[in-house]
Amino acid sequence: MYLYSLTLQQATGIVCATNGNFIGGKTQEIIVARGKTLDLLRPDDAGKIQTIHSVEVFGVIRSLAQFRLTGSQKDYIVVGTDSGRIVILEYSKDRNCFDKVHQETFGKSGCRRIVPGQYLAVDPKGRAVMIAACEKQKLVYVLNRDTVARLTISSPLEAHKSHTITYSITGVDCGFDNPIFAAIELDYSEADQDPTGKAALYAQKHLTFYELDLGLNHVSRKWTEPIDNGANLLVTVPGGGDGPSGVLVCAENFVIYKNHGHPDVRAVIPRRADLHTDRGVLIVSAAMHRQKSMFFFLLQTEYGDIFKATLEHDGDRVSELKIKYFDTIPVTSAMCVLKTGFLFAASEFGNHALYQFRAIGDGDDVEASSATLMETEEGFQPLFFQPRGLKNLVRIDQIESLMSIMDMRVANLFEEETPQIFTLCGRGPRSSLRILRPGLAISEMAVSQLPGVPNAVWTVKKNVNDEFDAYIVVSFANATLVLSIGETVEEVSDSGFLDTTPSLAVSLLGDDSLMQVHPNGIRHIREDGRINEWKTPGKKTIVKVGSNRLQVVIALSGGELIYFEMDMTGQLMEVEKHEMPGDVACLDIAPVPEGRQRSRFLAVGSYDNTIRILSLDPDDCMQILSVQSVSSPPESLLLLEVQASVGGEDGADHPASVFLNAGLQNGVLFRTVVDMVTGQLSDTRSRFLGLRAPKLFSAIVRGRRAMLCLSSRPWLGYIHQGHFLLTPLSYETLEYAASFSSDQCAEGVVAVAGDALRVFTIERLGETFNETAIPLRYTPRKFVLQPKRKLLVIVESDHGAFTAEEREAARKECLEAAGMGENGNPNNVDQMENGGGGGDEEENEDTLSDEQYGYPKAESNKWASCIRILDPRTGNTTCLLELQDNEAAFSVCTVNFHDKEHGTLLAVGTAKGLQFWPKRSLTAGFIHIYRFVEEGKSLELLHKTQVEGVPLALCQFQGRLLAGIGSVLRLYDLGKRRLLRKCENKLFPNTIMSIHTYRDRIYVGDIQESFHYCKYRRDENQLYIFADDSVPRWLTASHHIDFDTMAGADKFGNIYFVRLPQDVSDEIEEDPTGGRIKWEQGKLNGAPNKVEEIVQFHVGDLVTCLQKASLIPGGGDCIIYGTVMGSLGALLAFTSREDVDFFSHLEMHMRQEHPPLCGRDHMAYRSAYFPVKDVIDGDLCEQYPTLPPDLQRKIADELDRTPGEILKKLEDVRNKII
Amino acid sequence: MQASDRFNINSQLEHLQAKYVGTGHADLNRFEWAVNIQRDSYASYIGHYPMLAYFAIAENESIGRERYNFMQRMLLPCGPPPERDEE
Repeated sequence: MYLYSLTLQQATGIVCATNGNFIGGKTQEIIVARGKTLDLLRPDDAGKIQTIHSVEVFGVIRSLAQFRLTGSQKDYIVVGTDSGRIVILEYSKDRNCFDKVHQETFGKSGCRRIVPGQYLAVDPKGRAVMIAACEKQKLVYVLNRDTVARLTISSPLEAHKSHTITYSITGVDCGFDNPIFAAIELDYSEADQDPTGKAALYAQKHLTFYELDLGLNHVSRKWTEPIDNGANLLVTVPGGGDGPSGVLVCAENFVIYKNHGHPDVRAVIPRRADLHTDRGVLIVSAAMHRQKSMFFFLLQTEYGDIFKATLEHDGDRVSELKIKYFDTIPVTSAMCVLKTGFLFAASEFGNHALYQFRAIGDGDDVEASSATLMETEEGFQPLFFQPRGLKNLVRIDQIESLMSIMDMRVANLFEEETPQIFTLCGRGPRSSLRILRPGLAISEMAVSQLPGVPNAVWTVKKNVNDEFDAYIVVSFANATLVLSIGETVEEVSDSGFLDTTPSLAVSLLGDDSLMQVHPNGIRHIREDGRINEWKTPGKKTIVKVGSNRLQVVIALSGGELIYFEMDMTGQLMEVEKHEMPGDVACLDIAPVPEGRQRSRFLAVGSYDNTIRILSLDPDDCMQILSVQSVSSPPESLLLLEVQASVGGEDGADHPASVFLNAGLQNGVLFRTVVDMVTGQLSDTRSRFLGLRAPKLFSAIVRGRRAMLCLSSRPWLGYIHQGHFLLTPLSYETLEYAASFSSDQCAEGVVAVAGDALRVFTIERLGETFNETAIPLRYTPRKFVLQPKRKLLVIVESDHGAFTAEEREAARKECLEAAGMGENGNPNNVDQMENGGGGGDEEENEDTLSDEQYGYPKAESNKWASCIRILDPRTGNTTCLLELQDNEAAFSVCTVNFHDKEHGTLLAVGTAKGLQFWPKRSLTAGFIHIYRFVEEGKSLELLHKTQVEGVPLALCQFQGRLLAGIGSVLRLYDLGKRRLLRKCENKLFPNTIMSIHTYRDRIYVGDIQESFHYCKYRRDENQLYIFADDSVPRWLTASHHIDFDTMAGADKFGNIYFVRLPQDVSDEIEEDPTGGRIKWEQGKLNGAPNKVEEIVQFHVGDLVTCLQKASLIPGGGDCIIYGTVMGSLGALLAFTSREDVDFFSHLEMHMRQEHPPLCGRDHMAYRSAYFPVKDVIDGDLCEQYPTLPPDLQRKIADELDRTPGEILKKLEDVRNKII
Repeated sequence: MQASDRFNINSQLEHLQAKYVGTGHADLNRFEWAVNIQRDSYASYIGHYPMLAYFAIAENESIGRERYNFMQRMLLPCGPPPERDEE
């Protein structure tokens, strides 16, 4: 079996981010690393974050830093990865890609302890960069410029110190003196030698300054001093005239200013009033803002509170450090303050956000200062504050993030054309159920009812130079309605259009005249109001029209074509007539190319299943140049120039080609390339779009012509980053559409459907899915579908959290204490179905939502958990059971017991008082059995059965319930008061985390030891393991593929398939004892048979869920997976050997010709833990269109194909998946 | 040291051990081995962000805190070393 791996949704979580001027010029951009992709983002004028470029690097990006050479206008990026190399990138605006400026190898690849890449620090003046590992190694590279102003990099200078753990590094701003880097270090050499443990107790963290002597080309330890043992993060303080220089050391509970030859200035970080005294406050992300006259730092704690730190200084003497409460936003992994007054917050979990500064924290808030720091016998006096609503920031945009996907199911619950993907995302109060549908999101601007049912709509400008459209023209069965676009859209009658007849086409002709084609003629409305009418000869009527700005072709009933051209005086002149063999089904002319008189080709579709290309050249006017037969009569034609790009911000350099698109009556979109010179057709592609014949319209997307295809659902064909993408829109069926541009909406679409006129815009181009989010209360763990009732049952549980009642009680207490309680409402009332408040809630309008504020932290052995039944259609929770007594739910399944009258029951596995640290322990585990009541909308507890471990896996098996409880697999039957044990097997190595069943086989996944294949023998009532895996795999997800095959994913980011060899499988099935005798003999403490690994692939992200599903109607099944970083991917099995050969060769050439951007070897990356086996990396193959044309041709030659054929293959295989 | 010594197997091993932390040797005891494994594991967790996020979900801590905890545990991953046998 060979698989094609394709990422459907790039990771949405963010690992690290940095901001700067990467494009050059005045704009500020943000570069974010999402694990294995590097994205360039920019907030546009409207404050929406736009992705300018995104590239997969096939490596782990761990750190990013930005620097600028003095006097330069543009920033470079340094990337710390697992490649054992330092990589410096520059963004190229012309080609819209990152260029690798330097790549220097310094060590082994992989995320290792002593190989640098974890930390990066740059000298603020851009003269040197330090790259460090967790332990020991630090390398300094000197950056310089050569005579032609190119960036140069020196050989590395070592600043190693063995037996030392590094916590953080940063560059110290010391103007143009020798560059200095600061590091928090901890020496463990003594602790390793001292058996009494005293040395470890007294181990001291040090702040060390490393000086790079540019003259001697040497790095020395300049200064080292003990610092607070809770130190974890360093932040550079501006120096060199702008500030006092030095660093801020962020430690648990404190922020300390330190510099060489300067006394410490220490201030305490204010604590939340409800925070447990045992817990510290740790700064997890920091950002600095500096202007000419001032600078401040934003420091965010692990609870989400942002503090503004400022330094009072006189020259380089710091007199006071102030830490003031600023605002609370969800915990971030990185923050970027943009010079334009925005704060970009990359959330750890859940959506990222862009905030605008409303104030910079000059208001009245809790403030800690070094001047008022009190030291008592118990230590420093803490300071308390209450979080409140946003005061200094206002959120203006958010970027959706699925991080972390906990569970996923693909199902068509809504009976739409394509299935929906239900994902459980996020953590704690920010968790949600997200329903993903393939397609682009649209935002509806207006819907207005029309007096009848329209059959067509156009928009038209008055002058070719106008920016916006002037009229919307709507055609009905027997009339035409003209609407003028201004401040409002209203009907007008002075436009010159004939309103007593339906229209066939309305467009701008020449520079400033309008044309209306109706069944009986052509009405040409000149700019000065003169009207020329051309009438059809005899009783013939016009049936079809094709036109551009200078040419018009009409088809009369009977099949006669008449061709008009506009002459120099602006008159429409008849040029040529042509008789077609039968009625014309559709026709189209391409727009007039720039600098030309006319477009050369006319495409005509006929009912005899052919499309003809006719010439419009005066020399061979109306000659048939080529004929293409198609599978069904064409309904609509569109000639579209697919010019991937000529540079600029979008797409790679790529020659343009004209595509003839045809919507056929059988619902297929047929695309073929038209030769610009001869008019010959070649390279055909077809794709099924829907049940109705697609109607094609041109639209404008990002300033370029794109194609709207209206079938049973609308599709958009457009160019995104060099690829031509055909993506469905998440919108209802439309009848007719036209592009729309006005003051309020620059690039919109106006469409008719039913009796309504709709105006909408298309959002977030380039995304594969659009999502609907339904908030949940706690971290979702698992869910089951009830396909018949279309309901979801979700189990949610949070570690170290208070239950809803406790939070409610705390809130009341807080309200009483604070009187009105203006701030500090720890509960999100909207989300609390059992909200007991009622009256006083209205007064509390600025209540903080938990989403923003986070739940208060409880002791680590406390759990909050609930079981929820949710109707995904409405998003309503029909039943919510909050578990009591510190119980937390971990597994769920539906079960039908064979001999009972209850019907479908729900089994939920819970644990009471579960603790992970210092040792995993629990009070008890339970399996709850619930009965569905009120048509499945509610639950009633039947009974609960105590078990000795955590039931992490539950599954129905032959009318009984199989439960994996710790290392025990047990079969239960339903009793009156409790579950009854029927059979068990205690021979599993660690903890059972998944159970799948098929016929009499049971596939058990162990948390550390991969799969175990079991059998249940009813006669002997015995469960036994007949096969297991020889590789220890730390399973995180599993899925049953077929009788002998299982798919699994492990904690290290691998997906693998195992299969029981056919002969062994047959033997077991034929053996009357089912291989039991062999099992009893055993083999080296394991099962007698071993499964074989047949597929292995390193995804590079922790896969949490797997499912076999098809995302398109009539498509083959593929394996869909979801990951912690919020990405979705698919593995498609190849059906022909030919394809396997083609793609493996393409992959091979791509590896050679286009090595990954950040220096990791592609093959080594995909084989990071185990050698890759039988999987072709589609993400690498899909980078083919981004290559320069000559390289594309070179690869194509080696494969004996043309670049077009390769692109078509890539498109085809993607279309099989989504 | 003579020039030839540079190339004998022992000095090469010593060189490796000095250069690559965690390279084993014949007299490695159980404790030292375990400490190395643990430190390598923690460094790997810190390096792989998805893994860090996975732990953070389990323990319901922020990823930043989780990273800090792992760094702290690198100091004494297996408790204090055993008493040396005085022979």
